[in-house]
Amino acid sequence: MGRRAIWACLVGALLAIVAPLLPAYPLTLLTQALIAAMLAMSLDLLLGYTGLPSLGHAAYFGVGAYAVAILATGRQVGFAGCLVGGLLAAGITAAVFGLLAIRATGTYFLMITLALGMVIWGLAFRWVSLTQGDNGISGVPRPELGLPWSLSGPLPFFYLTLVAAMVAWALLTLLVTSPFGLGLVGIRESESRMRALGYNVWWHKYLAFVISGTIAGFAGVFWAYYNGFVSPVDTQLVTSVEALLMVALGGPGTLVGPAVGAALIVFLKNFISVYTKRWLLILGAVYIGAILFAPRGLLGALGRGRR
Amino acid sequence: MSSEFWIAQTFNGISYGALLFLLASGLSLIFGVMRIVNLAHGSYFMLGGYVGLSIVWRTGSFTAALVAAAVAVGLIGIGMERLFLQRLAGQTLGQVLMTIGFALIFQDLALLIWGGDPYTIPAPKILQGVVRVRGSSFPTYRVFIVLVALLVGILLWLALERTRAGAMIRAAVDDGEMARGIGINVPMISLAVFALGACLAALGGVIGGAFLGVFPGADFEVLPYAFVVVIVGGLGSLPGAMVGSLLVGLLDNFGKALFPELSYFTLFAPMAVILALRPTGLFGRL
Repeated sequence: MGRRAIWACLVGALLAIVAPLLPAYPLTLLTQALIAAMLAMSLDLLLGYTGLPSLGHAAYFGVGAYAVAILATGRQVGFAGCLVGGLLAAGITAAVFGLLAIRATGTYFLMITLALGMVIWGLAFRWVSLTQGDNGISGVPRPELGLPWSLSGPLPFFYLTLVAAMVAWALLTLLVTSPFGLGLVGIRESESRMRALGYNVWWHKYLAFVISGTIAGFAGVFWAYYNGFVSPVDTQLVTSVEALLMVALGGPGTLVGPAVGAALIVFLKNFISVYTKRWLLILGAVYIGAILFAPRGLLGALGRGRR
Repeated sequence: MSSEFWIAQTFNGISYGALLFLLASGLSLIFGVMRIVNLAHGSYFMLGGYVGLSIVWRTGSFTAALVAAAVAVGLIGIGMERLFLQRLAGQTLGQVLMTIGFALIFQDLALLIWGGDPYTIPAPKILQGVVRVRGSSFPTYRVFIVLVALLVGILLWLALERTRAGAMIRAAVDDGEMARGIGINVPMISLAVFALGACLAALGGVIGGAFLGVFPGADFEVLPYAFVVVIVGGLGSLPGAMVGSLLVGLLDNFGKALFPELSYFTLFAPMAVILALRPTGLFGRL
């Protein structure tokens, strides 16, 4: 734990030092990677630590993003209000959906989270008076924090996102190393054993679900500010599955791994789409390749090699 | 609201449910035997539609389109199952990522081959027009869909309940290990069921292509419906798929007609109630 924290701080500091030297395009990609990393880490809490494969995680991400877009464009709410609004919206959605989903395990859990995620997508798509439907909500302004410098440039916004990602990572790390987090791992390994030991398994899983959804919403808040535009695409199944791929690619149950997986996918997507229109084809091949050649994720594969 | 409205909407719901049944019965059976969450199932529907479209363009025969789509997509299903999915038995996450990988590839290939424009498969002459019953008129094509779904449902039921192969499938659904133990070739059964499911989805794609249209993104549009049907009806249950399809078809249709802005939500609420009362779905027994 101690060593991990030092490493993470080093990487964060390195990014902070390198950032001013980078041109605008790689810098925005890095920002995007950090946001994706937050989403992937939040999913890792469920998938990697609790053993619950959520197939609708984009829902909470999207709810957070939509909350910001609606509050910031229609009602000119400031950063603090949008942040709280986004976290609350995502948290409440996760709290309601969790009541349904936590009853199920394994494949059933997967299908229910998928269906619940589609409900959010459907609302984003059809509830036109609130979400502007397929057109999405554009013109989300960059936040004003009352600081002496503006956050509209790529560099200050990158720093803000970096701080947010470090906060998300620190919170999740504290959580998974706490007795509660160890309880989650115990549930992943054997639910019946944990129940026999007197743990409230339902409550552990439910809390993990709500926290995970809320942090996904946290990522969504930054996505809305980063992109300036929120649309049903942010809530759709493919986005949920992409988050799963990031976690699986990086190595579930490591937090750092999914963050690395997220960065890889973001860079890959952007580089491929520069060279060819057929990036879906290549992305599909990446999914299949990842499963065939690195079933435990990249970190998992490396870790096995070292031990 | 007039009784005319209720009759028309109910019928539309039933016919949409019939289409969903073609899609979901295969998904449910595949799940029952192999415990695989197949996210490429919607792609079979879409590919079936596109293959059917090409055949109708070339030959003008709707029947040929049905046969060609079922055969082509069935072969794709066999290839996927044998070469890729079989080695992932029991790895839920791996199956999800693998099948979504295929779904993305199919989507992009379809875009490459057929372009991004939406098409409609022309229905055969006899199936155009309306059927009049007691002053109400129903589109003949939708009556045809209901009949096809009924036929498929009855055939599937007979095959499962009255034949030796069906008994082997049921044994594999109930306890794969035990079925293997008494000499049933479960991998072969799995392959056959997977191919059958793919064929049914492709038939649904051709039939649905004449009234929903064939378009990029059709795959991910029908997939959640099929999932909701399977969740509501119970995984691996044929009666469940039938009841679930009807329920989802009706709910979706009335939802869209009465609360257009919340239409998906009207599917969600009943699903929530059913899951709260019966976590394994109406007919499931996991």
